[in-house]
Amino acid sequence: MLTFTIRRLILAVPTLLFISLVIFLLLELAPGDPMAQVPLTVPAEVKEKMRLALGLGEPMHIRFWKWLVQFFWIEPQVLIDNIFGTGLADGKLRVISWQTRSPVMDIVVQRIPQTLWVVGTAYVVAILIALPIGIYSAYRQYSWFDQMGTFVSMVGFSVPPFFSGVLVIVIFSVQLGWFPSIYDTTHVVDSWDAFVYQLKQMIMPVMVLALQITAQLSRFMRASMLDNLNQDYVRTARAKGLSEYVVVMVHVLRNSMIPVVTVIALGIPSIFGGAIITEQVFKVNGIGQLLIGAIQANDLPMVQTLTFIFAVLIVLFNLIADVLYGILDPRIRYD
Amino acid sequence: MTELSNPVPSKPPRSQWLDVWDQFKSHRGALMGGALFLFIILAVYLGPLFWELEATQIDIRARNQGPSWAHPFGTDQLGRDMLARMMAGGATSVSVGLTAMLLALFLGSFIGVMAGFFKKLDGPLMRLTDLFLALPLLPLLLVMMLLFREPLNAAFGPEQGIFILIVISIGVTSWMPTARIVRGDVLALKEREFVMAARSIGTTNSGLITRHILPNVLSPIMVSATLGIATAIITESSLSFLGLGFPPDFPTWGRLLFDATDYLQQHPERVFWPGMAISLTVLSVNYLGDGLRDALDPRIRGR
Repeated sequence: MLTFTIRRLILAVPTLLFISLVIFLLLELAPGDPMAQVPLTVPAEVKEKMRLALGLGEPMHIRFWKWLVQFFWIEPQVLIDNIFGTGLADGKLRVISWQTRSPVMDIVVQRIPQTLWVVGTAYVVAILIALPIGIYSAYRQYSWFDQMGTFVSMVGFSVPPFFSGVLVIVIFSVQLGWFPSIYDTTHVVDSWDAFVYQLKQMIMPVMVLALQITAQLSRFMRASMLDNLNQDYVRTARAKGLSEYVVVMVHVLRNSMIPVVTVIALGIPSIFGGAIITEQVFKVNGIGQLLIGAIQANDLPMVQTLTFIFAVLIVLFNLIADVLYGILDPRIRYD
Repeated sequence: MTELSNPVPSKPPRSQWLDVWDQFKSHRGALMGGALFLFIILAVYLGPLFWELEATQIDIRARNQGPSWAHPFGTDQLGRDMLARMMAGGATSVSVGLTAMLLALFLGSFIGVMAGFFKKLDGPLMRLTDLFLALPLLPLLLVMMLLFREPLNAAFGPEQGIFILIVISIGVTSWMPTARIVRGDVLALKEREFVMAARSIGTTNSGLITRHILPNVLSPIMVSATLGIATAIITESSLSFLGLGFPPDFPTWGRLLFDATDYLQQHPERVFWPGMAISLTVLSVNYLGDGLRDALDPRIRGR
């Protein structure tokens, strides 16, 4: 198991390098000029110097190498500096955003808590809703509860977040006025009222995200429970005289959770992608909105770094899912 | 010795597709989904023939009207008829969905068959699939929209250019699931006796693939086709909603929804129509795919 994990980790390095190269080459083709916003009164030679200062003068492969060094060597040093107060990265050039002229990672670190807070809560809520629904609708297959569950998850699949988000805004903030339509990230929770307000502003984005995740997870849970419910060991457990609760909730549930756990792990990175739209709808200034803003402002270092962070998440969680599968299911051995 | 109960079959053999249809009919959701999808396709493509108002016709005196007999869905802030815009937008969205699905399907089946059939290609092609699966797709799509919009607009005109761009970018980022499923099926099929028999009488590789392999992997391809339409329509609408899709004067469902969010407080119904259209189309296609999956699976058929 350990050798498998190490082998996959080593294999992930070329994958990530290749992905970063693809992203870099894509961005290299960008027609936009980062100097377009500079006033026309600035003379041409000054503009040329500014361009060099942004690191645009060098050939392509040197710039790619520099980005790699900055991302994989200097940024970890900055992280260590921040944790232990050392001075490893003093005076070294970091990945600089063209928009704000400040290090990209600093902005990302500022934005990540908002995204994690909303997306993480949505994921937990979705798991808490989806698992019982999946279990019960498999146990009572083709009952009205199961039919309802199928229909609701089909709706969850089909309604895109930009519609469900706008719809809940129309109903709950415009018509009823219960919740604020804009997520206020500067809000500080220091009293009970502030906490209630935080809860109110989180309900809508969390529910919109959770609807989608619930739809997928409850389907998976149901299918996996159905696979197990007709197995011989279930009949054995019943024949032993175990109570129905123990049979379903201990014997069947444990075995059915194996694929579901891996699906939960696999879904985490895609949730960040889905959160881009939800963040846009509710004006949460997390990393999704940061990416959209960077794309519209032609801020290539920011786009490159953010897209790469998404790729790292996907590769990492794929690995975690594979390892989890091997740990949980003794029939699966990778060696 | 037992007699054959019916030595000469009195009924002609039923074709496979009749069996499939029988199974499909028994799935009520799929039947309704199929009918709804057919209705939507007819409405968006043939509707403009019967509705003489143009989607781009501006009538500033009739702006922001509610539903009436002249304008069943009302009019927008420039007095353009919402029904006509919905039909024009639907035609674009559905065309994008269908074309992108066809492209993804072609790529996916081609790569899947190649990887499954030729052992040498299996490793590299599957690594390529894994690489594509590891790409963050929505951010990349956004980046592609940003980068290639200008050159393609210059080459093909603003509408044609963006159409080609969206179809190609959705196509090349959504073929991977099809390729994986097809490869798995081809790997299993390749070891079956009928393939060996065909090979023993000297069938060439291309003949084997087109005559024996492809017809047998048709059912997973058809199922992923229906699901592909759904994802393509959602992706196109998301791009339009984020402001990186079709130009503003060129309606699609996503774009209509995006434009309507500015008037959310005054005219919430304008958000409702395009959103409902997207959701209903995707819902009907999903049910259709669900039914097809059951109908094409011979193990379920006849139960």
